[in-house]
Amino acid sequence: MTVKRKHLLGLEELEPHEILSFLESAKVFREVLDRPIKKVAPLRGLTVVNLFYEPSTRTRLSFELAEKRLSADTVSFTTATSSVKKGETLKDTVRNIEAMKIDMIVIRHQSAGVPYFLTRFSDACIVNAGDGQHEHPTQGLLDLYTIWTKYKKLAGLRVVLMGDAKHSRVIRSNIWGLTKLGASVAVCGPPTLLPVEMEKMGVEVYTDIDKALDGADVVNVMRIQLERQTSGLLPSLREYTTLFGITRDRLKRLNKNYTIMHPGPINRGIELADDVADSVNSVILEQVTNGVAVRMAVLYLLAASEGKNVKQD
Amino acid sequence: MDAKQISHALTRIAHEILESIEESDKLAIIGIRSNGDFLADRLAEMIGKIDGRKIDVGYMDITLYRDDLLTNPEHPEIKATEILFPVDHKVIVLVDDVLFTGRTIRAALNQIPDYGRPQAVRLAILVDRGGRELPIRADFVGKNIPSSRHDDVVVKLKERGGDDSVLLRRDEGAGKARETSRKGNKK
Repeated sequence: MTVKRKHLLGLEELEPHEILSFLESAKVFREVLDRPIKKVAPLRGLTVVNLFYEPSTRTRLSFELAEKRLSADTVSFTTATSSVKKGETLKDTVRNIEAMKIDMIVIRHQSAGVPYFLTRFSDACIVNAGDGQHEHPTQGLLDLYTIWTKYKKLAGLRVVLMGDAKHSRVIRSNIWGLTKLGASVAVCGPPTLLPVEMEKMGVEVYTDIDKALDGADVVNVMRIQLERQTSGLLPSLREYTTLFGITRDRLKRLNKNYTIMHPGPINRGIELADDVADSVNSVILEQVTNGVAVRMAVLYLLAASEGKNVKQD
Repeated sequence: MDAKQISHALTRIAHEILESIEESDKLAIIGIRSNGDFLADRLAEMIGKIDGRKIDVGYMDITLYRDDLLTNPEHPEIKATEILFPVDHKVIVLVDDVLFTGRTIRAALNQIPDYGRPQAVRLAILVDRGGRELPIRADFVGKNIPSSRHDDVVVKLKERGGDDSVLLRRDEGAGKARETSRKGNKK
């Protein structure tokens, strides 16, 4: 059981056994994070560039920590302080960075398909850290990993993805990953934020939160992305909270031993009530820890399957 | 080696380990996956019986510390490392089935400091087949079986099903395996 690919662009193109390989390896790296010295050396000598064209705290820090804990050399790049401001094209930026001899690129971009675009002219391994409204595969994998380690399985679980399915790349990656591994998935949100034909991805679609939550094991609550709500798809935040906010009262419909997840950052009191976010069933901080382990697994397996040439000691 | 000989060798090693350690409460055993983990369990049980105490056992996967990880296209899958006791000030006995080039032990020695600073590290090996590429030597050896680098030393343990055995597969006449217990000794 192993991964034989150079890039991670999305969960859509992964085989179920590849997803499981990532999860199994993440388990090993999770143990590394519990050691007194949280560093191993498999990527020694490799250089990873983090190219972030969109703001990010969690994902960028998580990738940087994962890279450092694998002993890779890292450089990070954010658009605010770069020549992108001077009008350099994406292709030129990447070709220039590559001319400095790098091995892997972690990219986040506001346009879908940019990671794929890079694979067409770059020799580096490309890892998608979120592209537009398309996918956020490492977030999807860490959500899967968090559920998988708690329940020891994914098949047969009922997972509800709450929120803005139209704009959320996290929802899309979750759907691909969960359905491939046999979980039953429901998506719930306001009708204006549910893409038409979403059912074709193999999920149930609800606009009534109470029906969606009935008998569910896991609720993964997405952030209402205020920065993407400019076109009047959402009448008001208060209305969203009333109709779709997760409150303690609504949790009664869930199965015992339920789990509350959120990819962060939380809008407290909007999509998720305070007491729910901080309850014992909430694994939100665990997701963050797991995120580093999962990203270590992704970088390791991609580099190793590529057989990146590194000097032996 | 057959099951009986393996069992005798392990019993002897268990006694040697105890004899060599002044304060036996400092002893902890770490097996290198895979096979070393089973041998570590067996040694810990034997030593525990002799000394009347429970011996800490850990397991180590050295994949992340290999020196050929990214050059070897058949990169092996990683298994879990479980060292659930503090290694500081302990006398750690590393256990593996076969000692050959010494690279596995080099990797294991690199991994230990990530968990702490033991007082000493020793090495127990079921079969030393020679062929070292690094300056590493075992403190406790079950059996010396000199072999050429093209030979194959196959260790089978009952934990994986079947009987315990150690076979030396000579390079000449591919596929011909023979018991090493009789001939291996005289070489």
